[in-house]
Amino acid sequence: MPNSSTEAPSTGWVGRKLASVSVLPALIALLVVVILYSITIGRYDLSVRDVAYILIDNVHPLVTPYWDPVQEVVVEQVRLPRIMAAVIVGFGLAVSGAALQGLFRNPLVDPGIVGVTSGAGFGGTLAILIGLQGYLLLGLAFLFGVGSVFLVKLLATVRGRTSMLTLVLAGVVISAFFSAAISIAKLLADPFQKLPAITYWLMGSIASSNYLDVLLVAAAVVPSALAIYFLRFQINIMSLGEEKARALGTKVVLVQWIILIASALISAGVVATSGIIGWVGLVIPHVARALVGADHQRLLPVSGVMGSIYLLMVDNLARTVTTAEIPLGIITALIGVPVFAVILRRLHAKGGWSSD
Amino acid sequence: MIEASDLTVERGGKTILRNYSLSLERGRTLAVLGANGVGKTTLINTLIGLIKPRSGHLSIGGQVGFVPQLFEVPFAYSALDIALMGRARHLGLFGAPGRKDYEIVRHYFHMLGIEHFEPQVFNSLSGGQRQLVMIAQALASECELLVLDEPCAALDYKNQDKVLGLLEHLRETHDMTIVFSTHMPQHAVEIASDVLLMTSGNSYVCGPTADALSAENLSALYDLPIARADFDGLSKHTYAPVFRQDGANLDG
Repeated sequence: MPNSSTEAPSTGWVGRKLASVSVLPALIALLVVVILYSITIGRYDLSVRDVAYILIDNVHPLVTPYWDPVQEVVVEQVRLPRIMAAVIVGFGLAVSGAALQGLFRNPLVDPGIVGVTSGAGFGGTLAILIGLQGYLLLGLAFLFGVGSVFLVKLLATVRGRTSMLTLVLAGVVISAFFSAAISIAKLLADPFQKLPAITYWLMGSIASSNYLDVLLVAAAVVPSALAIYFLRFQINIMSLGEEKARALGTKVVLVQWIILIASALISAGVVATSGIIGWVGLVIPHVARALVGADHQRLLPVSGVMGSIYLLMVDNLARTVTTAEIPLGIITALIGVPVFAVILRRLHAKGGWSSD
Repeated sequence: MIEASDLTVERGGKTILRNYSLSLERGRTLAVLGANGVGKTTLINTLIGLIKPRSGHLSIGGQVGFVPQLFEVPFAYSALDIALMGRARHLGLFGAPGRKDYEIVRHYFHMLGIEHFEPQVFNSLSGGQRQLVMIAQALASECELLVLDEPCAALDYKNQDKVLGLLEHLRETHDMTIVFSTHMPQHAVEIASDVLLMTSGNSYVCGPTADALSAENLSALYDLPIARADFDGLSKHTYAPVFRQDGANLDG
């Protein structure tokens, strides 16, 4: 084998390992701190010490319970499932956003932009309309999520090439179509029971999350995120473009479908449990890329953990800023839209539109 | 290394190449010349397996490495990230590069003298530098046949010289078989043992450079008078076009 010089530069294999371990554990530590802090805040005040004791008590009792049973309910039945939902949803959205951006070679892509979210939203709306819940709602949201990605890909691909601009436009078109379909479903819905259910569900909230919701979203996000992580090196190669990737021996179509289906499953799981939460998958991978570079081996986990932290903080805002809950989707859009605008302008300045 | 007989290749329902036959032995260098749109890229894509020929027989006697025309990537990958992608074939669907792959890539970076590019952002490198990184990527795939699509396009003379010199070096030291397309006959004169002059989709001239690359054949190829020029005392020659400048009948 090649006789490479033995000095270990910071970019060699060892250096890579070091770089990836130093950022990720720091973020995971930050996530744990934010989770503990999130449990303490809210209308029922708790200290970090109380929270820590209440949680540890489940595994191994350290002290005789001195707290009010109400406090335990607040921590374990109200706040903890909600926080777990935020962590999983944020992780899933950011990972699928990073993967889709790599796959489509387009920094403007996120599950919302490529139409998955509105497709899944329509699937869920349809499910509520015909009276389905739980895994059936998830299944329908998933089916329409996958269908919408497929349509967008079909619309945006001309003679085997997917241009960045047409992809975004195709996403807009498909999203508009499913928005119209959602409106029709609302029009048909019973105005006293199903219409309000659809409306609140679509606005995006994890306020009423219980452990079943957590389980549902985890069942969608965990295997999908794992599948995406396994394909990390293939996603790198896909950013060269389909032809070059194929010339390097990549099974382009297989990789595309695994990523698209995994992303649709994540979106469907998120939409089914928490409604439409946009822009997380667009914003977070950019910040993560600035931190650890473009290589998906490091980008995917770092994006995921940052997405968890981000959505948890957004949810903390949503439940503490006013006495009433603010739907999550509104806050993520308020933050995401200006970031999208900045990226768009920077791309435009670089002439990034023309590449295929 | 390459055995092709009666190749017919279609693209988008149109026949691009008809009844092409060529053969190239290991350790030889083939230059592909022809006008824009005649099918050079189609031929290259067929050789690297991107297009399946509609009929005819094609056999390639070894692993193929491909160096595409100059391009940019959408994200800030480092030169090392890009070169590592050449290991794809050896890693499988769910694999990622490990210590051995880094060592192989760094070996070729060292060989090409581009170690200092490793951490640099690929897009920030100059055209010539990016070309070297892409050659390192192809070599990292441990190929025996190197196919390059206009490796010298968009490069200045000094960088053209560097790339040609590198290809010749790879052929000599690694017994590499090389196929490259170019618009400059000079590149063929310098390093090609064989040339393929693609006149049209169904007619071509193929043979050793000494026989096939002549002023007469080149004139027919480009539909333009092309003269041979010998450099006094250098025992080198080149071909130069005599531009008519009558192509643009702008008023009529």
